Amino acid sequence: MSGPDSRGYFGDFGGRFVPEVLIAALDELEQAMTAAFADPAFWAEYHAVLRDFVGRPSPIYRCERYAAEVSPVPLVMKREDTNHTGAHKINNTVGQALLARRMGKRRLLAETGAGQHGVATATVGAKFGLTVDVYMGARDIERQALNVEVMRLFGAQVHAVTSGTQTLKDATNEAFRVWAGRVEDTFYVIGSVVGAHPYPFMVRELQKVIGVEARRQTLERYGRLPSDVIACVGGGSNAMGIFSGFVDDREVKLWGVEAGGKGVDGDEHAASLRAGSIGVLHGSRSYLLQSPEGQVRETHSISAGLDYPGVGPEHAFFRESGRARYVDITDAQAVEAFHGFARCEGILPALESAHAIAFARELAAQRGADGLILVNLSGRGDKDIGRC
Amino acid sequence: MLDDAFERARAEKRLAFIPYVMAGDPDVETTEAILLALSDAGADVIELGVPYSDPLADGPTIAAAGQRALRSATDLRGVLALAWRCRERCAPIVLFTYYNPVYQFGVERFAREAAAAGVAGAIVPDVALDESAELRAALQAQGLTMPLLVAPSTPRERAARIVDAATGFVYVVSRLGVTGTGHAPDFAPLRVQLASLRELTNKPLAVGFGLSRPQDVRDVGTLADGVVVGSALIDAYAGARGQEAGTRVRDFVAPLIAALPAS
Repeated sequence: MSGPDSRGYFGDFGGRFVPEVLIAALDELEQAMTAAFADPAFWAEYHAVLRDFVGRPSPIYRCERYAAEVSPVPLVMKREDTNHTGAHKINNTVGQALLARRMGKRRLLAETGAGQHGVATATVGAKFGLTVDVYMGARDIERQALNVEVMRLFGAQVHAVTSGTQTLKDATNEAFRVWAGRVEDTFYVIGSVVGAHPYPFMVRELQKVIGVEARRQTLERYGRLPSDVIACVGGGSNAMGIFSGFVDDREVKLWGVEAGGKGVDGDEHAASLRAGSIGVLHGSRSYLLQSPEGQVRETHSISAGLDYPGVGPEHAFFRESGRARYVDITDAQAVEAFHGFARCEGILPALESAHAIAFARELAAQRGADGLILVNLSGRGDKDIGRC
Repeated sequence: MLDDAFERARAEKRLAFIPYVMAGDPDVETTEAILLALSDAGADVIELGVPYSDPLADGPTIAAAGQRALRSATDLRGVLALAWRCRERCAPIVLFTYYNPVYQFGVERFAREAAAAGVAGAIVPDVALDESAELRAALQAQGLTMPLLVAPSTPRERAARIVDAATGFVYVVSRLGVTGTGHAPDFAPLRVQLASLRELTNKPLAVGFGLSRPQDVRDVGTLADGVVVGSALIDAYAGARGQEAGTRVRDFVAPLIAALPAS
């Protein structure tokens, strides 16, 4: 699996579209990241923290009952929901916090939508003794009160963003602005494979552990690779993480599931790759939901973690090259999967992950007996109780 | 056009005054009145903001002005039409636009229609040197300028390449952060930066970000060739429409222009 070119492009997608004030900081980050990624000591510490603090490797688990009535095909979950803090987000924040420490930056800055990335950043801030400021849309703060409380318990300052749509898009704008004012002492911890180069690459490398583990575990348990790998896609970090383990196995089909909201034919969805067009947002060229005049549109998804108008540039590249295919699942289908999966398996999936689970059920019905479907169960659903 | 504007200011032994106004805030008729008032008051160049939903380089004042402009359905086509209407009664206009509206419009088409509308160039704050080649070439082919920004965080070697590629003028960002009146720059390091840039180029140096009061304009000193005032000017006309906005802007800029350092 290859990285982007020297300017941060995956094919036509990526790059570095940010104000000049941030360029030196991105250069500094890229140099530090390159040095760290080439240093076995960095990875040794990263994997030790993932083992002892996060609880990796996360298991894979074959569903016993869910979708059994539609297909005999094994449906296997990669259990990122078992991670400390309950989602894949922590893999990335551990890596970025270690990098921040190497760079001598004492202050972490993060944007968050549902609050999962904010919690994961606050967690590593507490663990490594770094100051954390989290920017979160005022509307999301209301919708995700529990996560806000957790961040505060870990000592993070949570700042309400009242501009624009008051959700993740605007929280990200604000994080970039705050970073522009404090580039010297502050490390911006981006939560997905989005943003200006080197973030999409760096976050992918820090989430790759999901796919590397899952590939090994699937081979050990079943003696073969999966026929299909499925993950939900908002910005796309859990998907890029699990895809990374399989991208060079050309026979393994990769599926990204976007938030279809109330249907991609209308305006109320967050399916950038399915229904968007090419543009520039938050520092990179990729697909996004926008007006013909280039104004970024409001999005909708029942799942706050997918409610984002952009998507990581490497996903745009995979879409163009055909290496991965992108589909969508509506709010109603995701909610049905959330309830159905909970009742059949005794696991409460995050609403985000429920999108992937719903699509897995559809795909299972089409696969022959030699199929083996691997789903990234990217997070647990406690945060969604009472919301659907 | 821009060379003449800076030349005129130099001949009058003062810095050039470059106000920023958001097109369509709250409607294009008001912006037209403001453009004419600024020109009458003595603006040398005007930065005309194109509204955008996600302005990363702007603080709350300009971001909110952009939201108001979007509510009145102002788009790039409307901004170019406004520039064309004002072209003979107005100081030279440089568009200030984020990249995505330009990208959707089409880079070549943008350059062509901007030239046809009579504007002098475009500042695109999220297109730094590294991504600027295509846009610069397209603008240059139409005889338009593309000023580039230099920030306090820009290393000297990079600044040298930026001033080399910039056309029209070099936009010197006075301090870290985004646009807005919240905190004024620290003028001592700014003057060191200006002296350093002066060694690298003869192109005009225009200082912006955080300048709002006559004292700020004075404190920029004579190493620069121009000053940009944006957020404070928007605050001055916010809530007014039409001629009333023009009058407020005229009253606001008079003491700023009077405070321009003599070069």
